[in-house]
Amino acid sequence: MSDDHVDGNALAGDLREIFAVDLTVATGQCAGCGHKGSVATLRVYRNAPGIVARCPHCEEVVLRVVRGRDRAWLDLRGTVSLEIPLTP
Amino acid sequence: MARAALPGRLTWRVAALADAFDLTKSARGLVFDVPGWPGHLPGQHVDLRLTAEDGYSVQRSYSISSAPDGDRVELAVQRVEDGEVSPYLCDVLPVGAEIELRGPVGGWFVWRPADRSPMTLVAGGSGIAPLMAMIRTRAAEGSRVPFRLICSVRTPDDVMFADELRRRAREDAGLDVRLVYTRQAPEGSPEPPGRLGVATVNTYAWPAGFTPQCFVCGPTGFVETVSDILVALGHDPRRVRTERFG
Repeated sequence: MSDDHVDGNALAGDLREIFAVDLTVATGQCAGCGHKGSVATLRVYRNAPGIVARCPHCEEVVLRVVRGRDRAWLDLRGTVSLEIPLTP
Repeated sequence: MARAALPGRLTWRVAALADAFDLTKSARGLVFDVPGWPGHLPGQHVDLRLTAEDGYSVQRSYSISSAPDGDRVELAVQRVEDGEVSPYLCDVLPVGAEIELRGPVGGWFVWRPADRSPMTLVAGGSGIAPLMAMIRTRAAEGSRVPFRLICSVRTPDDVMFADELRRRAREDAGLDVRLVYTRQAPEGSPEPPGRLGVATVNTYAWPAGFTPQCFVCGPTGFVETVSDILVALGHDPRRVRTERFG
């Protein structure tokens, strides 16, 4: 798992089609190791039917997105929580 | 497919190729007209989608290399020889043709001119694209935030925006540009070609004590190496922002 991944930045477009705010600046906590970090810093693997994002600390899968023609599936079971900055 | 745009959510926009030019032998600058473009922050990217007549579609992400300029968006596209999308964009797509763009996206790898921290920018090859947007926005806004760019390329022929960088290094006060050649240095270069290492980063990046923001963009291996060097030199990992393009 060295040269085949990109950053969580690459999730921005797919997530912005689903959510009204930019989730890549959210802070997520990994269910595997408890590491907290920006979604933009996850390791993203796109060489799969969906997009797989792994924790940069322990490499557990924390987020998966699968896009169909008219729907998307979002699997967040590897994420404890997302802290999402909002305009007050 | 027609779908009403929900407020706040992003959908695809039709964009027409307005201009195209060589950046290097293997990279093209593509300027798109995107009606209704909401503007962007330097460092953001777009997703680009091509759809064939039979409905087959492919999607890629490209960094925006231009400063905000109305409905115009410039992308720098490196031709990947056996690629599915970049050879088409670089060699086939005619001016006037339409594609779809979704963006601007990404709020992490962006420079906000209100942030006064000194900036260290490190580019590997075509990783210069989003950093170029920052350099151009700095100039457009008359910002005086000090910028240092270290740009690693294989040979002198691989420098994107070479003329503009040369000009800006002269004219944009507070912008330093350092080119590092990994395979072949220009004639008369004082340093032999070689990979970007600790010594170069230590010499040409802002010292950690200045608490700069560091933006590193390039191939995955390059970004790993440079961000490790920056952290080893004492930079706060939270101030080292990366964009790997695989």
